[in-house]
Amino acid sequence: MRVGVVVFPGSNCDRDALEAARLSGAEAIPLWHEEPDLRGSELVVLPGGFAYGDYLRAGVIARFSPIMGAIREHAARGGLVLGICNGFQVLAEAGLVPGALLRNATLRFEHRWVRLSVERRDTPFTRAVPEGRTLRMPVAHGEGRYWLPEADFDELEARRGVVFRYAPPEGNPNGSARDVAGVIDAGGRVCGLMPHPERASEVLLGSDDGMLLFRSLIEGAAETVAAERDPIEVTSR
Amino acid sequence: MTSYRFAVSVMPKEGILDPQGRAVEQSLPHLEITSVRDVRVGRRVELTVEAEAEPKARATVERLAGELFSNPLIERWAVDPIDKAAAPDGPQEAGVAGDGR
Repeated sequence: MRVGVVVFPGSNCDRDALEAARLSGAEAIPLWHEEPDLRGSELVVLPGGFAYGDYLRAGVIARFSPIMGAIREHAARGGLVLGICNGFQVLAEAGLVPGALLRNATLRFEHRWVRLSVERRDTPFTRAVPEGRTLRMPVAHGEGRYWLPEADFDELEARRGVVFRYAPPEGNPNGSARDVAGVIDAGGRVCGLMPHPERASEVLLGSDDGMLLFRSLIEGAAETVAAERDPIEVTSR
Repeated sequence: MTSYRFAVSVMPKEGILDPQGRAVEQSLPHLEITSVRDVRVGRRVELTVEAEAEPKARATVERLAGELFSNPLIERWAVDPIDKAAAPDGPQEAGVAGDGR
């Protein structure tokens, strides 16, 4: 599987994302934001950082980068997109996932380890997560307080759009509504989350729980390719 | 073509928690001010547009206000024309606007 990691001016987790994708067995390539070409990437990762210095509003200027049109088309065709932290903010600003990310209620940049409950294991992003397993990952953001108008929120919950929630003992670090840490679009192919799975990619770093997301995506894609090669496999699965 | 200058104000919508406004409010006791409340912090963008006529210039600014300067989910915006002479960043003339120094 080829994974493209978008590099905006100000991205700073792109190399970590490339490394995590490679650790999962993918071929990972950087994609410069000014080129509207995903170079055959099956999964596009929008990494963390401070694209365009977070000027105006986190994620908003990046939303208009030339590559975003290609990402929008990729998503419309059912391609996979993962937005991490600033990447989630870009996806939300672009309307590719619902909601907005506001300044943390604490008014502080929150950087700490959190625990996530996985609300859905039937997505391409979470299929490798064992049942009942919570994930330990770091957050590092100033604007991660998820918000959606109440009526839209009920709709989001009804379609099971919340994939990750902050869980005890550390709990909600930023005042996110309904403890939301990550959401998925209606098509189930575009996911954004504030915590950093790529920073929890090796036990040495404190946790390798983030690899469950990358493995979900990359092993899932490998199985799809195998199934396409052998149609009988499709029916037996 | 004529130049038109505008100011776009962007404010968090009612009901959206504005921690910046709250922080400002919490600092007021240090200034021994007790009469101020409901502080909300927004953003102001000033810009010049080249256009044939004012409505065209305004339409461009309104598009920018809605698509770039604000997130319609959480913020509301307003566009006002700026009289160049009275603008805070205009020529240094006497007026109420200024940096206070």
